[in-house]
Amino acid sequence: MLKIENLHASVEDKEILKGINLEVKPGEVHAIMGPNGSGKSTLSSVIAGNEDFEITKGAIYYEGENIEELAPEERAHKGIFLSFQYPVEIPGVSVTNFMKTAINETRKARGMEEMRANEMLKQIREKAEMLDIDRKFLSRSLNEGFSGGEKKRNEIFQMAMLDPKLAILDETDSGLDIDALKIVANGVNRLKRADNAVVVITHYQRLLEYIVPDYVHVLLNGKIVKSGGKELALQLEEKGYDWIKQEHAV
Amino acid sequence: MDFKENMISSFMAFEDHVDVENPIHDIRTEAIKQFEKEHLPSKKNEFWKYTSLNPYFKKQYSVYPKLESALEFKDVKKYFIHEIDSYKIVFVDGVYSSYLSQTTHEGLDVCLMSAALTKPKYRLVIENYFNKVAPKDSLNSLNTAFSREGAFINIPKGKVVDKPIQILHFSTGNEANLLVQPRNLIVAGENSHVQIIERHQSLTDNEVLTNGVTEIFAKKRAIVDYYKIQNDRLNASLIDNTFISQKEQSHVSVHTFSLGGKLTRNNLQFFHEGERLDSTLKGITLIGDKQHVDHSTLVHHAQPNCESHQDYKGIYADHSTGVFNGRIIVEKEAQKTNGFQQNNNILIDDTATINAKPQLEIFADDVKCSHGCTIGQLDDEALLYLRSRGIPKKEATALLMYAFSNSVLDSVKIPELKNRINKLIAMKLGVSLGFDL
Repeated sequence: MLKIENLHASVEDKEILKGINLEVKPGEVHAIMGPNGSGKSTLSSVIAGNEDFEITKGAIYYEGENIEELAPEERAHKGIFLSFQYPVEIPGVSVTNFMKTAINETRKARGMEEMRANEMLKQIREKAEMLDIDRKFLSRSLNEGFSGGEKKRNEIFQMAMLDPKLAILDETDSGLDIDALKIVANGVNRLKRADNAVVVITHYQRLLEYIVPDYVHVLLNGKIVKSGGKELALQLEEKGYDWIKQEHAV
Repeated sequence: MDFKENMISSFMAFEDHVDVENPIHDIRTEAIKQFEKEHLPSKKNEFWKYTSLNPYFKKQYSVYPKLESALEFKDVKKYFIHEIDSYKIVFVDGVYSSYLSQTTHEGLDVCLMSAALTKPKYRLVIENYFNKVAPKDSLNSLNTAFSREGAFINIPKGKVVDKPIQILHFSTGNEANLLVQPRNLIVAGENSHVQIIERHQSLTDNEVLTNGVTEIFAKKRAIVDYYKIQNDRLNASLIDNTFISQKEQSHVSVHTFSLGGKLTRNNLQFFHEGERLDSTLKGITLIGDKQHVDHSTLVHHAQPNCESHQDYKGIYADHSTGVFNGRIIVEKEAQKTNGFQQNNNILIDDTATINAKPQLEIFADDVKCSHGCTIGQLDDEALLYLRSRGIPKKEATALLMYAFSNSVLDSVKIPELKNRINKLIAMKLGVSLGFDL
């Protein structure tokens, strides 16, 4: 589904990703862990198509297609979803209207009819319930004045509505208390199917107790330096990142 | 012939067509003298610093059409808010079109200025209100001198007008360089309530200049909601002068949607003559294509315990220029005034310009006044966020612009009008979006 080959990327001429290799297959959950500044958010931004970052070498293939030249919306139309670490506040646009627009623009791009209003309403109701989101919340302006937890829950709500093939969750656990974390994780788990994939990007192991990864990768200084199963996350939780740093003499 | 001479000689010709014995003609004669005396607006005048009318003063104008033009309703239907029942006062090249209009004298007067100025039964209203709040500067005086036609709306005490009133001014361009000078008078009696929608629309590419004056009087506890739709073609220029006199506890709001036209100047002035009233001035300006829109507002707080709210949003692209000169004066007597002013602007590209100038003159010591003025660009991060959810760049940009101007649209009280403005904005932005914010 996603294949990253020797990816180098920079922002303002500063190289941040220095040769990443990663393959994600349908049905898999991958976790990318790493200390601050290791390039985790850059990786998610580059996959989502943030134009501030430049790919200097290597490539990202999604379903066999090199997506470097695709605009962020085109990537979304193909089924890539990025849950933002810091969702942007947009006063004046309600969550519901935003969702309607996003869904119908995506359907339009896929050559489908607009979603019927009653179907839309049904979907919104179901997904909001799943994430324990109050209906009133949906008529508020997008992310405006939302608590950290509300913002993250809203991200997963959008993910549920858009039903992506590949979801990248960038630090979705930050700012969440344990109850919110469980709700969010539970939501992600219920969306998991054999034909979609999730990449969880996180600093801490905490979220991985609830969203259990098939693979864990350690990102250090712009490279994946170690990969393993879910036990690797536990190791990191116990020992921190220093032992890996020493191993790789960073 | 320079502009002044052009106007004065036109006035002499005009006198052949009006009743010079009518007392109103004394006011006209006085006004043309005043016009002669006053300087024409120029950049030396602080309030015209960023808007030059010089090119307009170099042309020769005729002030009334020589031939009357008829329009078919089907050809102009789209310029009406036709989804709702309404009273309509329609002018074609400044001449009343009874065919397109729907006026009334039942329980209120929605009719013509020409009738009000000549019929004895309106004499008292005219004496009390005509030319009483419009300042005597050059362009207002010019309008007064040629005042003959326009909308006359007189709402008696306690009357809640059952449907909105639309005032439409069409220009056919059948005659070159026509200077149209509509004169409107609106008197809203005690406890009355009225909604008015006004639009100027040219129908061809011939140049047209309008210098309109509207006087509005809101008596005790009257509610007046006035909406101006300015979405004209690139050949049409409008100088709109609207003056409002408010009595105690009245509520008057004016929304101005400036979405097109070559040059648009909105002089909007509120004068307070009673306590505990409020004034609302809101606007959305969305232009490109070398267009120019100038909002020059004044709220004159002269009484205690009054409120005013100004909220103007501007989005400028492609060599367009905007001006916002927002004035609040708080007289010494006007204690406990709440005066707010907000002016936010987005420049879409490097070629667009905005001149923003908040001006607060406060002579009272117990007041709350604030002003906020911002000039910026669209938020790239927000744009990326929307795009990453599948909303294409153009639509995402439009969505952000809607969001930006939402606080103005939000207070439009006629849903069909709001819907129309939504559509006009979407058209301007080249998107078709199903959202309704």
